[in-house]
Amino acid sequence: MRLGLLLSWPTVSLLVLVTIPFILLLRISIAPHDQSGMWSPGVTLRAYGTLAEPELLGALLDSVELALAVAALSLGLGFPLTYLITRMRRRIQVVWLIFLLTTLSLSDVLIAFSWQVMLSKRIGLSKIFVALGLMDEAASLTPSSGAVIACLVYLVLPFTVLTLFPVLSRLNNDLIEAARTLGASPVRAFVTVVVPLTKRPAVIAFVMAMVLTVGAYVPPLVLGRPQHWPMAVLIGSAALAGHDLPRASAMSIFLLAATLLLALLTARVARGRVRP
Amino acid sequence: MTKAIGKFLFLTVLAVFMAAPLVIVAGVSFNGTPRMNFPPQNVSLAWYAAFFSDPAWMSAFSLSVIVASLASLAAVSIAFPIAYATWKYRSRMALLLESIARISFLLPSIVLSIVFLVFWSWLGHVGRIEDTILSHAVVFVTLPLTTIGLGFRSVDLALVEAARTMGAREGDVLRTIVRPIVLPYVVSGLVFVFILSLNEYIIAYMVAGFEVETLPIKVFNNLRMGFQPTMCVGAVLFMLLGVFAFSAVALIGDLPKLLGGGRI
Repeated sequence: MRLGLLLSWPTVSLLVLVTIPFILLLRISIAPHDQSGMWSPGVTLRAYGTLAEPELLGALLDSVELALAVAALSLGLGFPLTYLITRMRRRIQVVWLIFLLTTLSLSDVLIAFSWQVMLSKRIGLSKIFVALGLMDEAASLTPSSGAVIACLVYLVLPFTVLTLFPVLSRLNNDLIEAARTLGASPVRAFVTVVVPLTKRPAVIAFVMAMVLTVGAYVPPLVLGRPQHWPMAVLIGSAALAGHDLPRASAMSIFLLAATLLLALLTARVARGRVRP
Repeated sequence: MTKAIGKFLFLTVLAVFMAAPLVIVAGVSFNGTPRMNFPPQNVSLAWYAAFFSDPAWMSAFSLSVIVASLASLAAVSIAFPIAYATWKYRSRMALLLESIARISFLLPSIVLSIVFLVFWSWLGHVGRIEDTILSHAVVFVTLPLTTIGLGFRSVDLALVEAARTMGAREGDVLRTIVRPIVLPYVVSGLVFVFILSLNEYIIAYMVAGFEVETLPIKVFNNLRMGFQPTMCVGAVLFMLLGVFAFSAVALIGDLPKLLGGGRI
């Protein structure tokens, strides 16, 4: 009975703020569009009919490509970074953690803006590239997919580190040492000892990176080419500029299904591979 | 030797990558001219003066802080009972609630913004500050659930057992053993929600962006109209708030342990 009382507030709040909104999303996606920007009663599949447009399918493909690129880069950089952080002396470890957590305290709006500044023609990276002889003359590096990916990796990396940190800090060095003493090469020791122990959190970090990327609205809007705007931007403009909530809802469900599929596929690939 | 150099280079490059936007934003805020120059020219605090004397910026700033404070309290009020019931009673109901609560963090934020826009429109309650607060609370409830769950799991049961055999009642055990261990984890959960809510843009914009103009929304609106270094001042204040909050967490608790680290 005390348990019921204890859980009453979480139950009510989650029921009202999670369950009901999702049922509503499904409902609105099959409601007719109303000029007021809301919806009217009735049932129609019009919003789902518009999903087959080539423009939308292209945007979905852009979302998937972006998600895979950002997730691969974040894990590729975040894994060694987290490993090195967990092997640092305590004080330096704490400084690194506070630094990474502080990058969370800048809104994606500001991060996107500062990437725009960094990649602009007047100041920024292109001047460094010219000085290094990598580019002939200073040029603006936005809008481009590279800019969007760089910005998203920046936003995702702290979350990757936070996800991998617990397991990597518990990883016992003796196991790797043992494998090495028994004659395993560093690569083999990594694949046979480290990978199986850390696969689950690594998959979680990869999927989380994909979800964060697929949902990101501001970075691709500010830094990306309009013809490569991913689903998130199109959903935003369907709701904000088009005032078409049923269409935005149907597109959201579509994106949700694609993300879920992508997550399941990732888990599948991870399970199938890496058997010593 | 080469290994050490490689390690050093890797860490340096990543540190520069992660620090660059922070440095640029801070640098631009000290510019003497209303352009985005970096490094700053004619260093001055003019934009800080402009920020603090402009009621529109100040109201966006304080609105953000109010939303973030209340959202973090609401998120912890939902997460704490669930984490406690899971630990104390191994309740199935609590486990079910936990998975429902975690769903929202696993969804793309653009989808969440549409979900909450639809929900608040359905209630006929668009454009209120409560919308932003409650939406943020549910979206970020995963974070306190994780940290507080970690906190309860780090309570050594032998300690609890010892206290009981020595005659401590349930209330004594909670007060003298469980509370001091779990408290830093609660605080770190609060701080995480606070910082993420402070900076969240798209959900806040969708549910109440026209009426409840938080700082990220104001910055984005300003960006569209043209650049003004004033908005970088807000960013610097948030950065300082972030450094301060996470350093405070590191002072009251063991930061690596609070994040789930430490060898067991």
